Amino acid sequence: MLQFQASVNITLRKGILDVQGKTVEHALNAIDFPMISNIRIGKHIELSLEAETSEQAYQIVDDACRKLIANPIIEDYVINITGK
Amino acid sequence: MKFGIVVFPGSNCDHDAYHAVSKNLGGNAEFLWHKDTTIPDDFGCIILPGGFSYGDYLRCGAIARFSPIMNEVIRFAGKGGRVLGICNGFQILTEAGLLEGSLYRNKGLNFICSDVFLKTMNNSTTFTSELNVGDILRIPIAHGEGNFVAEDDTIRQLEDENRIIFKYCSPTGAFSEEANPNGSMNDIAGIINKSGNVMGMMPHPERYSDNILGCNDGLSVFKSILNNI
Repeated sequence: MLQFQASVNITLRKGILDVQGKTVEHALNAIDFPMISNIRIGKHIELSLEAETSEQAYQIVDDACRKLIANPIIEDYVINITGK
Repeated sequence: MKFGIVVFPGSNCDHDAYHAVSKNLGGNAEFLWHKDTTIPDDFGCIILPGGFSYGDYLRCGAIARFSPIMNEVIRFAGKGGRVLGICNGFQILTEAGLLEGSLYRNKGLNFICSDVFLKTMNNSTTFTSELNVGDILRIPIAHGEGNFVAEDDTIRQLEDENRIIFKYCSPTGAFSEEANPNGSMNDIAGIINKSGNVMGMMPHPERYSDNILGCNDGLSVFKSILNNI
């Protein structure tokens, strides 16, 4: 078994209004940053796991994302696997 | 027939639901612990109460959905048992896949604790048979994540199949952006599953079931359930 690190970036699916992102955007626009737009706020999750290969590690994390870590109805996620 | 009220770590409307069902309605109610692995045969309706199960960590209801009792609730619902999810209970039902859509951060970002008005959209259900279509109920909400979202196809299906049971409205029954407290698509406050035995709603009928609190509009939901089982 090999040790892997994984990171998962979760963002709201396109088409779902990111109310938190919008609020931060308005606040930034109101101070010194009128040039900033399209803010999307998400979650960043880091984890360690054991697997035979990096492909298997990806499959395990993908499965965990579909079952619990993300909600595919409202969220998209991107997995990044690195060796330890 | 007994009502089973599930207690998750962080539930805080479990006793309100118990009071509404046993004292205001005059029915039988018992608590079920989230680690329970059976639902006794004499239970006719399971209530998933409001609260902040598991601290709302990750997403509201995401972790509670994997509590041991939820396997039983899913099995119970599969056999036609009645399940009512209120507020956090509604969020748990969507996470468990028993109801469509998801409850996301309120449009204005605020946690909203106030009375709202609901229009009854369908009274041919186990949960609303004591009401008439068009009846307007005053019911409290208390949530930060009650903004109902779903794919456009799902929303269309919910509308076409008459499965939106309650919609947010003005005191006179009009739909508008102002009357919709959290930005929910199509003003959705409560929906039911295809089989008609699982309903979820963000407003709290159990909090307005006792006249001593100034309103008992919510009691009709529990009365309907009792009369239909």
